[in-house]
Amino acid sequence: MTRTAISAATAASALPGRGFLRRALLYAGALMILLWSASPFVWQFATSFQLDKALTSGTPTLIPDPFTWEHYYNVFVEKQLHLYVLNSLIVSLATTFLCLAIGSLAAFALSRLDIRGRYGILMVILSVSMFPQITLVGPLYIVASALQLLDTYTALILVYIALVLPLVTWVMYGYFETLPREIDEAARMDGLHAIGIYWFIILPMSLPSLVTTGLLAFITAWNEFLFALAFTSNIDHQTIPVGIANFTNLYFVPWGDIAAASAIVTAPLILLVLVFQRHIIEGLTQGGIKE
Amino acid sequence: MTRTHTARAELSARRRPAMPRWVWPWLLLLPTFLAIGAVAFWPILEGLRLSLTNTSLITRQSDFVGLENYTGLLSDARFWNAWGHTVWFTFASTLLETLIGLGMALVLYERFACRGLVRAAMLVPWAMPTVVTSKMFGWLFDGQNGVVNWLLMNLGIIDAKINWYGNPDTALTTLIIADVWKTAPFMALLLLTGLQTIPKSLTEAARMDGARGWTVFWSIRLPLLMPTLLIAGLFRALDAFRVFDLVYVLTGGGPADSTETLSTLAYKELFSTLEFGYGSTVSTAMFITEAILAGILCLWLVRTIRRVS
Repeated sequence: MTRTAISAATAASALPGRGFLRRALLYAGALMILLWSASPFVWQFATSFQLDKALTSGTPTLIPDPFTWEHYYNVFVEKQLHLYVLNSLIVSLATTFLCLAIGSLAAFALSRLDIRGRYGILMVILSVSMFPQITLVGPLYIVASALQLLDTYTALILVYIALVLPLVTWVMYGYFETLPREIDEAARMDGLHAIGIYWFIILPMSLPSLVTTGLLAFITAWNEFLFALAFTSNIDHQTIPVGIANFTNLYFVPWGDIAAASAIVTAPLILLVLVFQRHIIEGLTQGGIKE
Repeated sequence: MTRTHTARAELSARRRPAMPRWVWPWLLLLPTFLAIGAVAFWPILEGLRLSLTNTSLITRQSDFVGLENYTGLLSDARFWNAWGHTVWFTFASTLLETLIGLGMALVLYERFACRGLVRAAMLVPWAMPTVVTSKMFGWLFDGQNGVVNWLLMNLGIIDAKINWYGNPDTALTTLIIADVWKTAPFMALLLLTGLQTIPKSLTEAARMDGARGWTVFWSIRLPLLMPTLLIAGLFRALDAFRVFDLVYVLTGGGPADSTETLSTLAYKELFSTLEFGYGSTVSTAMFITEAILAGILCLWLVRTIRRVS
């Protein structure tokens, strides 16, 4: 309230045109941000409904004319995108649930139990997220090959768990720290054990955070490319990013098909993100950036 | 409910000897330690060991060769080529992302209609798989039918179509543009939360004293935002340094090695020539560089934050 009063006062004291100019600049800036963020994907979406002939005509248009489902047909019938989607779903969902289980236990121990070197452990876990993944992929490939785990979901899930754990642990830790400690002290008085406090008190209180963290874990696993590329060699286990990366025909690049596949794999993510946007921003900033 | 818990706890206490209390946290952390130990720390050490051998999956040999691979690396023109590209990519994209992200954050901080919509839209580039971003920019910047060339020609900015990522002179720039597009909005959202922690009373007091917009920004907001700005920039730089997906999918390191980065070079050594010894040398050198980079940036960060506060 004070803020509006003051800005009204400054606006009144300034030249009559300044407030208007300021608003106009602000809206121009907002429009530019919107265009920056949304227009490339909108363009990709529009491309997916246009005939190859229209795409190479020399004058690009946003509105498909004539409208076609051809590329979606190609993507599912010729390139069998649904198989990649299935692989991605299996790997990402398994990663998400296992990560939430393991990460929330770790975060609980770090936030609620007596432990030496709490911050050191947190830093070690965080540092893992800064390792270049290309350094990990070689040795892990040899091990996976020796254990006959190449071209399996298991290998991808095991690797993804470790890659996503730092994020999950940090975000969950940040959330647990915001829960009042009086509750677990009361529970302890009642004779509840550490595991009981975790299971009966902390977890039920953390459902919203579990959903957001799970979403972050899911997106990370869904989008991962390097390990999927190195560890899988056929459509039985390849995930979507690998599938799309391999979308090239012999003599030309099928931009329409690529656009259709992009729309299919990105649209669900965008919907999820739009629904949970406030929680995602909060969750991520809790992780490490906030002082 | 409380009663049953109490009863149960007493019962279990009687039945088995209690584990010492200090064991519990470590037990709960064990799965995490196992996971990151096996998938992150062990491979680093194993990579270091492999880099001292001539391991090759083709000839099936694996003999200790000492520092031979490293001396080979230092005289390998492809390595220095990739090193230069990676450093330039990291520097240019981090700088641009931070500046553009800061601009966006300052706009978002103000109140305007549809702010929620704009903020939600900004998560789109972040959530999109990098592979899709890469393909999408491939289409936008296509040399023949790309909309970017069409727009620039119709605006009269260029006379002839530019073969953006098909030309060694512009390919790396195209990749930097794609990376900046993908990460600047997210950077803006991080900086926005930083801006929101600055007490409003400070900026208002300055305004009361007659400070104009720029003065408020330079002398109050920017210094107070500095820690957030530096931490966000540090994480972004470390992330940009290991760029792989974007390059591998859009240009594959070409044309004429003009976009080869350390990650793509290491990947090719590992999985195209199957030279795991030399490939591990490239990736270990990269790990060391990243660790040094992180160390220097952290030190600088700590010093700057101390100076500010």
